[in-house]
Amino acid sequence: MDLEFTEDENRFRNEVRTFLKQKLPSSISKKVRCGIELDREDYLRWGAILNARGWLATTWPKEYGGPGWTAVERHIFTEECAVNAAPRMPAFGLTMLGPTIIKFGSETQKQEILPRILDGTDWWCQGFSEPGAGSDLASLKTRAVRDGDHYVVNGQKTWTTLGQHANRIFCLVRTATEGKPQGGISFILVDLDTPGVDMRPIRLIDGSCEVNEVFFTDARVPAENLVGEENQGWSIAKYLLTHERTNIAGVGFSMLDLERYRNLAATTWRDGRRIADHPVFAARVAEIETDLEALRITNLRMLADARDGAATGVGSSLLKLKGTQVRQALQDLYRSALGPHAAPVADELSENELALPVEAARAAPVYFQHRKLSIFGGSNEIQRNIVAKELLWE
Amino acid sequence: MDFRLSEDHQLLSNSLRRFLADNYDIEARNTRAFEAPYHMKEIWSGLAELGVLGAFVSEERGGFGGSAPDVAVIFEELGRSLCTEPVLGTLMGLRLLAAFGREQEVRSLIAGETRTALAVYEPNSACDISFMEAVARQDGDAWRLSGRKSAVYGAPGAGPILVAAKTDAGIGLFLIEKPDLIAAAMTDGGGVADIVLEDVVAECISTDAGAELEDALDLGRIALCAEAVGGMTMLLEMTVDYLKQRKQFGQSLATFQALQHRVVDMQLELEQCRSIVIAAVAGHGGADQSRTASMAKNLIGRAGLAIAEEAIQLHGGIGMTWELPAAHYAKRLVMIDHQLGDRNDHALRLMAIDKQQAEFRARHQ
Ligand SMILES: Cc1cc2nc3c(=O)[nH]c(=O)nc-3n(C[C@H](O)[C@H](O)[C@H](O)COP(=O)(O)OP(=O)(O)OC[C@H]3O[C@@H](n4cnc5c(N)ncnc54)[C@H](O)[C@@H]3O)c2cc1C
Repeated sequence: MDLEFTEDENRFRNEVRTFLKQKLPSSISKKVRCGIELDREDYLRWGAILNARGWLATTWPKEYGGPGWTAVERHIFTEECAVNAAPRMPAFGLTMLGPTIIKFGSETQKQEILPRILDGTDWWCQGFSEPGAGSDLASLKTRAVRDGDHYVVNGQKTWTTLGQHANRIFCLVRTATEGKPQGGISFILVDLDTPGVDMRPIRLIDGSCEVNEVFFTDARVPAENLVGEENQGWSIAKYLLTHERTNIAGVGFSMLDLERYRNLAATTWRDGRRIADHPVFAARVAEIETDLEALRITNLRMLADARDGAATGVGSSLLKLKGTQVRQALQDLYRSALGPHAAPVADELSENELALPVEAARAAPVYFQHRKLSIFGGSNEIQRNIVAKELLWE
Repeated sequence: MDFRLSEDHQLLSNSLRRFLADNYDIEARNTRAFEAPYHMKEIWSGLAELGVLGAFVSEERGGFGGSAPDVAVIFEELGRSLCTEPVLGTLMGLRLLAAFGREQEVRSLIAGETRTALAVYEPNSACDISFMEAVARQDGDAWRLSGRKSAVYGAPGAGPILVAAKTDAGIGLFLIEKPDLIAAAMTDGGGVADIVLEDVVAECISTDAGAELEDALDLGRIALCAEAVGGMTMLLEMTVDYLKQRKQFGQSLATFQALQHRVVDMQLELEQCRSIVIAAVAGHGGADQSRTASMAKNLIGRAGLAIAEEAIQLHGGIGMTWELPAAHYAKRLVMIDHQLGDRNDHALRLMAIDKQQAEFRARHQ
């Protein structure tokens, strides 16, 4: 048994650390630590810095402008970025659509689409879910009907993350209604400025607006925007979604959150003791820390499997389940540690007047935000169904 | 043994439920609870007219109620309609003013003409008042207060405000007409403020009000717990309705056993909460008051969180939206734990009480 990374891998980790120390703008990492929404410019700025180094499209092969990393290198890079509070770049173009185009796209599509993802010309968003099709994605109803060299699209997508920043959307649409629902789905690319496409923001529980609804009314989409064959969309989407699952355990995020908690607990007093010395809090954090350490190792075990070509779907479901549980537990702990000071919304209250760390100001909204982790990306119930099927039926 | 509400309480509960159903609109609430003055004057007057505020004080002290069951019945209704009106601060303030015979203030508060709030906790204290740092100093005939108060619920727009501070005799209680506030909305709606006291002139009500203060706080805790039970009841109902109505994979979510069991666990927690609130109400005013109030606050803290998180989860994406009333109920249930000591503080308080009792038993065996 060997838990260590190789010498080359460690050298790579140092290289990433140095890069982050030199290049990550502190104004951006501060926002990440404080749970403040990044704006479009923040993402584009950090994206450009990564792209200049060739580290933007972490999952792409070299020939398309990716770094051509191994799974282990990608893991190291992602973990260092998270621990150092670098923004998580929106996955839609980089991790979802890019690899999908590389695998299923035509030569023209590759040439047209991939460079524009890298240089930030295109911001993609994901149009899979619909009001009636969430966990049961295959029941989606948005219709695309062929009309000459166009498809005419009608229907509604929802939960479109960061759609307000996007200029293009990749969608699953229904192109056939007979047979199994999975068999009548196609994968199509739509410009958001197409007449008949409208986007409206959805306000979330914490007051933020990071998701949207997208309405299609007789939107005419060029037929060459189809990816792969007509009615092949389901297998394309399945391939794409395996990419959504990279870094699914989010161990690096939890490591950062644990560190943020420790800062807070060491400096916050409650009823005559520091939170760090509060027996109930101390016991809780010790348990979460233990869970995280075990998860870190589980994640490495799965990583070694992936490196050796032995990765399983069940493994990624288990990582998603435990990873989101740990992240959500840390958010709960952090919010709790603030006691009465978690209640006021006003940022300046905690920031200037209470001697709390600045990153504490948005603890409650950020906690509520994080409830989404167990809902999207295949809800935690759906993940359990996947594992149960494997354990009990196979 | 009889756990039914008395006829009077049933009447009170019915009329309050009707009033809120007719007048307290959740959509209006979801805007106005987040903007100064963080409440609705017309609802406040309505509550006063219904006798809700008078029900917090006994007849001999100018009200028409004053028992823990009165308080619990009212707050459960407030919780059911997610009412964010600043009733908690006025409840605790009224109790204290009545305890010290301040008839005039009591009268005007009960009539709904004024509101008050109670400033106890500080940047470094959340539950145990013995860690208070603010001090009161006598200056001729007047008193002057210094220190900082945090989490003063309902303070925006209230006055006079009751402020606790240390004196030579113990913990004193003071009135300040209109202190300077650092006001904000709460994450779950409603107003809250910090108060910075720099040698502020105050009227002394008592130089040693520790016991009365603890009493008012315990009643405030019971009120919060009853409010939570009202909120949980509604949230569970909404979740059950949603599971019945939402279809995925060609069937209603309610047919999935994995989800059925989750709802059963929520119901189980709710029953436990109902029972612990009954224990705390019965314990109020007796030797077990602190113990039962802390038990209730601890259990409500844990169960409120669990029920809130499950409700959001079982709703799926919709559960994450501002549009959905259930999301606001869930928010309230999570944030209730941050008021008047959370589950961790009350676990500590219980540990201390248990230890005292064990020592007492050891001495008397
Ligand atoms: C913040 C946020 C961002 C999102 N971003 C995007 C995006 O960019 N693009 C996009 O396409 N989608 C996005 N989604 C949508 C997300 O993928 C869906 O919310 C998710 O698939 C769940 O679907 P639903 O919300 O319709 O819930 P439902 O499917 O209605 O589920 C409700 C509840 O029932 C449970 N459930 C459902 N079926 C079963 C079953 N068979 N057994 C047991 N339990 C079950 C679920 O786990 C959940 O708890 C986002 C969602 C959120 C909350």
